[in-house]
Amino acid sequence: MSDEKSPAAQYWSANLRLILGCLIVWAFVSYGCAILFRPLLAGIQFGGTDLGFWFAQQGSILSFIGLIFFYAWKMNKLDKKFDLGE
Amino acid sequence: MSQFAINLIFVGGSFALYIGIAIWARASSTKEFYVAGGGINPVTNGMATAADWMSAASFISMAGLISAGGYANSTFLMGWTGGYVLLAMLLAPYLRKFGKFTVPDFIGDRFYSSKARLVAVVCLIVASVTYVIGQMTGAGVAFSRFLEVSSTAGIWIAAVIVFFYAVFGGMKGITYTQVAQYVVLIIAYTIPAIFISLQLTGNPIPMFGLFSEHTDSGMPLLAKLDEVVRELGFRDYTADVSNKLNMVLFTLSLMIGTAGLPHVIIRFFTVPKVADARWSAGWALVFIALLYLTAPAVASMARLNLLTTVFPDGAEAPALAYDERPQWIRSWEETGLVNFDDKNNDGRIQFYNAVPSFEDTAESRGWAGNELTVNNDILVLANPEIANLPGWVIGLIAAGGIAAALSTAAGLLLAISSAISHDLIKKTLKPDISEKGEMLAARISMGGAILLATYLGLNPPGFAAQTVALAFGIAAASIFPAIMMGIFSTRMNDKGAIAGMLAGLLSTLLYIFTYLGWFFIPDTNMLANTADNWLFGISPLSFGAVGAMINFGVAFLVSNATDAPPKEIQELVESVRYPKGAGAASHLSH
Repeated sequence: MSDEKSPAAQYWSANLRLILGCLIVWAFVSYGCAILFRPLLAGIQFGGTDLGFWFAQQGSILSFIGLIFFYAWKMNKLDKKFDLGE
Repeated sequence: MSQFAINLIFVGGSFALYIGIAIWARASSTKEFYVAGGGINPVTNGMATAADWMSAASFISMAGLISAGGYANSTFLMGWTGGYVLLAMLLAPYLRKFGKFTVPDFIGDRFYSSKARLVAVVCLIVASVTYVIGQMTGAGVAFSRFLEVSSTAGIWIAAVIVFFYAVFGGMKGITYTQVAQYVVLIIAYTIPAIFISLQLTGNPIPMFGLFSEHTDSGMPLLAKLDEVVRELGFRDYTADVSNKLNMVLFTLSLMIGTAGLPHVIIRFFTVPKVADARWSAGWALVFIALLYLTAPAVASMARLNLLTTVFPDGAEAPALAYDERPQWIRSWEETGLVNFDDKNNDGRIQFYNAVPSFEDTAESRGWAGNELTVNNDILVLANPEIANLPGWVIGLIAAGGIAAALSTAAGLLLAISSAISHDLIKKTLKPDISEKGEMLAARISMGGAILLATYLGLNPPGFAAQTVALAFGIAAASIFPAIMMGIFSTRMNDKGAIAGMLAGLLSTLLYIFTYLGWFFIPDTNMLANTADNWLFGISPLSFGAVGAMINFGVAFLVSNATDAPPKEIQELVESVRYPKGAGAASHLSH
């Protein structure tokens, strides 16, 4: 069925897939590594404490920045590919 | 030169800069007033967004909260930054494509309903007004401490300055002053942090210093801090929390709330293109992260500094004699934010966690209770004094704290005034108003909003701290889900959106008021605000995320039980999804 989709619909579902992927990473680093899985990461020492603490105070923020720039870069490519940019 | 004169030069100099910018960037059309003409470079907009976002709470209070709570309060760090990911992917680019001036504009048009627009206006005004009170009182505190005026006079000075550049410059003036304010506040925050990091760890970059070795003890800084707090009966600084559900929901509420706060959203209407809105969210987070990555370092280092000042030779050795206390304790004692009470009459400062489980240890050391109370909010402001930095750094901190409060206040006031002049007057009450008339209405409502904020800042309604939870709760439970469904669902109709917003809003208000009192009036709460009473251990501050889920659920059910939206609305939703054909922000098509 996907062959019959209009380019605009393909662009939108590509965008949705990209958002979903980014949000999985977003939730994994913050809710996962920094909070829920912290006991599992307790064995990994990092600067006097464990890796979960680093994710909570620095790692997740750095990941968020990376995610936004990655998304913006990918979307620019999608805009061009489907000729839907400005 | 006296410290007062130095402070005056720094604060006065920064004000002269802001006013100069305001005169240079006067708004001459509604488009310039509301969205700065839609021509702001994405990096510039990112910097302005960062100043807009980082309020007195981020600059003054956040490091103190982390310092006191340790790992458990990392929620603020993640919550107040993670929202930008949601903004960049779920809201900002599509709202920029839609190309209107305000948040209620989108909700009103997308849900083809003036009722929906009104609900959005009410949510926006309640969220923004409660938020602005904190900024005015924050600026008042900074003025009274550093300029030696009463906090009443301080608040009036703040009001006059904001009035000047926000009313005349509109979004254009606010944007360029916010860029200047960002530069002032980030320098002011970073310089003391660098010196403290150097003193404690030898590493000049605070975010790396946090995970480095503590020079004096040779232990990792955080391990040393854990050891010091443990000996005084506090919880380990890095200790894990047991109520993970609440920690997750609180972080999620702050994230969704951040993405739903109108004064942040409207900043993305000012960039020229849809792609710029995406980049701009990234740049905003980079500029925010410069402070947010430094804050946890400031928090832990200041805690260690404070405790080693009081117990120079460890917890077992005699504590600091009160007569030998450093100058910064003396000057903050005068403000009442640091208090000493010699309970065991030994003339020394015993500062520890007086909990039952620690009582035996304390007694064996001859301690009769905690003798020092330190308000969390002084941490950042006192930092230069704790590290013995020169007077000009203190002047810089004063200017930085005031910049943080004023930049956020201006952004909030613009969101309030545009909701009144554009959504209430132009779109609802008097559609034939001329552009000149609308500008005048915008300026008058801005003036009115400043007066209201000043009044509330002078007579804070006793619940200032709780109202921030309210602002985030409302933004998370009403505004964010409505906009998101408006973009990502073509099927969502007016009835679904309105029912969802009301359900999210009311359930959140009900939950907050149940524990914090009806309209925050003391002693009207129906249940004590303790973890035992909370539903599934969810604190009232974390309920915004649940309210958002209720909003989504109710909207989905009601929408599917009623008619699909008209065809032209479905086409509108399609059109915001593709950047092609985005013009500059305008309000010509209605």
